[in-house]
Amino acid sequence: MSILVNKDTRVIVQGFTGSQATLHSEQAIEYGTNIVGGITPGKGGQTHLGKPVFDTMNEAIESVQPNASLIFVPAPFCKDSILEAAESGIELIVCITEGVPTLDMLDVKKRVDELGITLIGPNCPGLITPGEAKLGIMPASIHMKGSIGIISRSGTLTYEAVKQTSDLGFGQSSCVGIGGDPIPGSSFIDILKLFENDSQTEAIVMVGEIGGTAEENAAEFIKNNVSKPVISYIAGQTAPAGKRMGHAGAIISGGKGTAADKISNLKECGVHVADNLTEIGSTVAKVINK
Amino acid sequence: MNLHEFQGKELFAQYGLPISNSKVIYEAEDAFKACRDIGGSKWVVKAQVHAGGRGKAGGVELVDTPEEATSFAKKWLGKRLITYQTDEKGQLVNSVLIEECTDIAEELYLSAVIDRESQRVVFIGSSEGGVNIEEVAKNSPEKIIYESIDPLCGAQGFQARKIAKVLKLNNEQTKQFTPMLKNLMKLFVEKDLSLLEINPLVITSGGLLHCLDAKINIDSNAIYRQPEIAKMHDPSQEDPRESEAAKNDLSYVSLDGNIGCMVNGAGLAMGTMDTIKYFGGNPANFLDVGGTATQERVSKAFKIILDDPEVKVVLVNIFGGIVRCDLIAEGVLAAIEEVGVQIPVVVRLEGNNADLGSEILSKANIKIESINNLGHAAKKAVELAK
Repeated sequence: MSILVNKDTRVIVQGFTGSQATLHSEQAIEYGTNIVGGITPGKGGQTHLGKPVFDTMNEAIESVQPNASLIFVPAPFCKDSILEAAESGIELIVCITEGVPTLDMLDVKKRVDELGITLIGPNCPGLITPGEAKLGIMPASIHMKGSIGIISRSGTLTYEAVKQTSDLGFGQSSCVGIGGDPIPGSSFIDILKLFENDSQTEAIVMVGEIGGTAEENAAEFIKNNVSKPVISYIAGQTAPAGKRMGHAGAIISGGKGTAADKISNLKECGVHVADNLTEIGSTVAKVINK
Repeated sequence: MNLHEFQGKELFAQYGLPISNSKVIYEAEDAFKACRDIGGSKWVVKAQVHAGGRGKAGGVELVDTPEEATSFAKKWLGKRLITYQTDEKGQLVNSVLIEECTDIAEELYLSAVIDRESQRVVFIGSSEGGVNIEEVAKNSPEKIIYESIDPLCGAQGFQARKIAKVLKLNNEQTKQFTPMLKNLMKLFVEKDLSLLEINPLVITSGGLLHCLDAKINIDSNAIYRQPEIAKMHDPSQEDPRESEAAKNDLSYVSLDGNIGCMVNGAGLAMGTMDTIKYFGGNPANFLDVGGTATQERVSKAFKIILDDPEVKVVLVNIFGGIVRCDLIAEGVLAAIEEVGVQIPVVVRLEGNNADLGSEILSKANIKIESINNLGHAAKKAVELAK
C-alpha cells in the first residue's frame, strides 16, 4: 500500500503543453506514472508526449477516465483550473504552481472541502509513491520504495529528508509536499491520517517551518490519534522575528509560530525532533531501531 | 507589498470611508500652500514611512501655523525615521502627509487579516485603540472581538452590530459603522489585501466615526491584477539589496552574520542558516535562488551576497532536483570568475548529477571547497569565517 497515488492512478495534466508541464510530465511518464492525457484549452485534438490533449476536463473524463489531476497552469488561472477539476468529480488534485493569490485560495478551499476532494498544494513539489507514480517536480533518483511516510511544507527540504532516509536504507512509502502557502489545500493533519492508516508506513517524517500554527495543530493531533512514531524537523530556528523568508507562510507574528514554540509543542506531544537538518535520517534510525 | 498611510487613505476614500481632508507633499516649500488649501488653524503633519511607531519617534506632530508645518517638512524630508519597528538605519522619508486636525473623543481599534486557522477574512475590533493592541489582547482579551467573514458572502449587518457592541458604539454610530464594515470588506477582497489596520479608528467630538490612520498590506501574489496598486510601490522603503534581489527573482533578506548563503528553496535556505548556527557560525543573509537556478541567477546572487562587506565566506548549498548540479557547478565557476570573488567559497551539491558537479569544481583553478555532506560543508564554512 501507499497513500493517495499508486501505479493504477490515472493522471490528467492541466496546462499539459506548457514548458514546465512538458518537462515534468515527460519525467513522470518515464518513472512509470500512468498519465492518460492533458488539458490545454484551444489545443484539444492534438497529441502531446504521445497522449491525447483535450480542451475541457469534461471531454477528458469521457475519453480517458482520469481520477487525479496534476496542475501546472500559471498562477492567474489556477483558481479556474482547480475548480474545473473539482467540479468534474476528480478525486485528487495536485497543484504545483506558486504565486496563487491568497483570496483565490480561500474560495477554492471552501469549494473543494464541500465536495470532499483532496487538494495538495499549491506552491508545492507534489507527491510521489516511490516505484509507482510521481505527480510532481521532485527528482526521482533520490527516492526508494520503503517504510517512511514524508510530509513537508517545503520543496528542497523534502528532498533532504528523502535523501537521508534513502541513504540509511529505509526508503519511503509516499512523500507529500503540502506547500508553504498560507491557505494550503491539505494540512499536515490530513496527510498524517492517511499515513496512520497505511500498512506500508512504519514511521512518519514531518518537516515544518516557522510561521502559522500548522505544526502546533499537528502536534496535538499526533498526541491523540497517531500510534506510529513521528520524527520532525523545523526550519527557521535562526530566522529573525518579523522578517519574511521568501515563503508567504514563514512570517512570525505576535510571538506565535516561532521554531522554539513549535519544537517544544512537538516534543510535549511525543514527537522525536531532529536537532539539526543533517540529523533527520539518524533520528529516524534511532527511533525505529529502538 | 506595503502601502503608505496616504495611499491607504486614497483607497479608503474610493470606498467611501471617512478620512480627513489632507494633502501629500514631497517638497518642504509646498507645505505652506497645502495648509492654506486644507484650511483651518491646526494641522497634523505625518512623515510617510512603511513602519509603525512614528508618533513616539517624532514623525507625527500637531502644528498651529503653516510655518511650523514647513519646518517639520524641512526637518524630515530626505531624512530617515527610526522607530521601534524599523532597523537601526530607519526608513527614508520622501513624503509628508498634512491633514486637518480632528478633535478626538474616543480611540478605537479595527483591523482585518486573512486567518490561516479559520481560512476566512477575520476582522479584529477593540474599544481600546491608539495603544499597543497586543498588550490588550494579552491582558484583557474580553475587550477584543474576532469576527470571521466569508469572502463569498461579504460582511453582513449582524456582524457589524456584533463588532459595534464590543467597540461600545451608540445606535447612531452603529448605523454609520455598518456600511463602513461592508465597504472595508469589499476593499479587502477587491484590492487583494492581506492586512488592513485602522489604529486608531476614532469617534470625533461630534460623535462620528473617523479613520485616523491606514495601514495596508497587499498580497504580492495578486499584484499582477492590481495595476493601480502596483504603481504605488515605493522601492525607497526596502533594503536596496533586497529589492535588487527581488528584481532578479531572488529572495534575499540581509542578516548580521558573516557567512554568506546561497541556497535553492526557502525551506532549505532556512535549514542551512540553522545548520550554520548549530555549528557556531552566523549567517550573513537568507538567499533563495529559486527552483530553476541558472548561471545568471547564481552570478547575480554572488554579487548581492558580496555587496555585504561583512561576508567572510560563502556557503553554496544546492539540492539539485530538476536543476542539474553540473550546470550549477559551471554557473558557480563562471560567476566567481565574473564577479572576481576574493573570499573562500564552500560548495555543497546534492541530487541530480551531483558527482559530475563536484568533479567540475575540483578540477577548477579557483579555490573552492567542494563538500557533499551538508554538516561537513557548514562546519568548514564556520571554520573559515573565524
